Amino acid sequence: MPLLSVDELKVTFQGQGRRASTAVSGVSFDVDEGQVVGLVGESGCGKSVTSLALMGLLPKKGVRVEGRADYRGTDLLSLRPSAMRDLRGTQLAMIFQDPLSSLNPVVPIGVQVTEILSRHRGMRGQAARDEAAALLERVGIPDPTRRLKEYPHQLSGGMRQRALIAMAVACAPRLLIADEPTTALDVTIQAQILELLKELVDQEGTALLMITHDLGVVAGLCDDVNVLYAGKVVESADRRNLFAEPAHPYAHGLLNSIPRLDAPRGQPLNPVRGSINDQIAWADGCAFAPRCDHYTLECLEGAPELGPLAGAGAPAGHQVRCVNPVRERLETVTLADVGAGDDSPAEPVTQKEETSE
Amino acid sequence: MSTKTDKIDRLAALTAQRETTTGGSLWVEAFRRLRSSKMALIGVAIMALFVVIALIGPWIAPHNPTSQLWRDEVFTNRGEFVGPRGENWLGLDHLGRDQLSRMLVGARQTLLVGVISTVLGFVVGALIGGVSGAALAFGGRAGQRLDTVLMRFIDMMLAMPSLLLAVSIAAVMGQSLTTVMIAVGVVQVPIFARLLRGSMLSQANADYVLAARALGVRRRRVVMGHVLPNSLGPVIVQSTLALATAIIEAAALSYLGLGNPDAAQPEWGVMLAQAERFFDEAPFMAICPALGIIVTALGFTLLGESMREALDPKLRS
Repeated sequence: MPLLSVDELKVTFQGQGRRASTAVSGVSFDVDEGQVVGLVGESGCGKSVTSLALMGLLPKKGVRVEGRADYRGTDLLSLRPSAMRDLRGTQLAMIFQDPLSSLNPVVPIGVQVTEILSRHRGMRGQAARDEAAALLERVGIPDPTRRLKEYPHQLSGGMRQRALIAMAVACAPRLLIADEPTTALDVTIQAQILELLKELVDQEGTALLMITHDLGVVAGLCDDVNVLYAGKVVESADRRNLFAEPAHPYAHGLLNSIPRLDAPRGQPLNPVRGSINDQIAWADGCAFAPRCDHYTLECLEGAPELGPLAGAGAPAGHQVRCVNPVRERLETVTLADVGAGDDSPAEPVTQKEETSE
Repeated sequence: MSTKTDKIDRLAALTAQRETTTGGSLWVEAFRRLRSSKMALIGVAIMALFVVIALIGPWIAPHNPTSQLWRDEVFTNRGEFVGPRGENWLGLDHLGRDQLSRMLVGARQTLLVGVISTVLGFVVGALIGGVSGAALAFGGRAGQRLDTVLMRFIDMMLAMPSLLLAVSIAAVMGQSLTTVMIAVGVVQVPIFARLLRGSMLSQANADYVLAARALGVRRRRVVMGHVLPNSLGPVIVQSTLALATAIIEAAALSYLGLGNPDAAQPEWGVMLAQAERFFDEAPFMAICPALGIIVTALGFTLLGESMREALDPKLRS
């Protein structure tokens, strides 16, 4: 049984006197113990809303959350707020995008770390301070006792994110949700932070739900990947299969759009044309159809179902929501490249390709 | 060789130095900026002078502020007021009392009214605003209702012109010094309440509040430990500005005859009120207390403004 099983999660925002807008329209995915699952998509596809809904952090007013999210047999979405508060930090924890604004500017780091320890582990005084220092040490912050007395603005961006990770793992949660944890950081720091996350996940067996738009991060970190488009999972596959053989035209387009260093000068980039449009509902057909190069009339007859990729040699567990999946191996990314991510997380996915002579 | 070791030593010294420089909190930073601002220094100097006079005024006053002189001693032969002269630097008032002494002794009363009424307004206003803001941001539906009730009450107070409100309170409660303080304090309540509530609401949506909630921190702790410390800045700045208005309003109440019933007791507002009748013949009688009020209010305002600047998040490093 998976650790977290999200089933048909649907989030609708209903403003007073305004048309309801659906941010997440039926997302399902599983996260197993100790597994790293990626949730990938462009801005506005519902990644962050999904994570906030799982944590119960969406505002109560004007938001409707439907579906189920089974965590060890309890449905997170129907849990009472007080029970949810007890789960947060101990069972589920979250790391946010911007490490500066996620720390309270007027409270020293130490207080912010010990506050979690006293809340969930009942630690007080010197014991809590020692534990906080040990936590900071563990996430690679040098001179932790001094850092505990400092304020967020005195720490560098990478260190702030480390401190936030320390707070998140303070009570050894079973599931860590990371909402674009490296977006606000330099590339070199990104690599360090991803390395740290990977290390923690490996050591503790914590499951990680990685929300990102950075395919490089996915390549280096995730076991399974779910590609989101307009609030629905359009493709769900093992990392290797997704990068080698993206079946949904959107995933295919995304991977194809990554510029290559060895491309001849002057060769145009291949963007996915158009932009995401929330006016197009899935009920009328595939929401990606207007941007798709392969669409047929069949695409507009109701929403396609997420189903296993058909055809000979299709790997098990590779699911796609498309009536005309792309059946072509991507030449830009090789398995060796993706596999190389095992030791260097931030390595770009499109490096020089080995198969081309 | 020696230059090389010198260089290494220098570098070591530099790194050691950097280790020891501990930048402080938001408030320490703000204080540092405040110290380098001329505006703040002038404000503090005026305030300090005012406080010192209020404390030692009665002892340095050259004459008894309540002792009067006979009519022929007050007016010169031609029936004119006695203006500033060697014995009385700021002249005499219509009852022959020494103006300088009255100014010095009256400062205490003025300061007392200003500080106590501002503290009153701050405490009550912050309480209402804090409860209201916390209830709306974290209290669910019941909190929302509580906020609505409290805020409509505050809006009612705001709808009345502040001086009119103070006058009505003073009129209802009868003439006394306590009344003046309460009346002026009550006028400040809605300002503090609105300010703190707004400030808390903007902080309640901050990322660090979401981050704290994502780690299961209790609501009480989020409000007291995270939202409140970040919201107090503008309210504290407002309190220095409010002190200036409180002095002016207390003076206005005295001027309208709703101040301290003991008219002999010197107070700047009372002095101004008494000078009104003789403004033609003896303008200095009005100018002295008026200048006192203006300069003091200016001092508090200067400090408040520079504090606002020092705490401005856009200037934070």
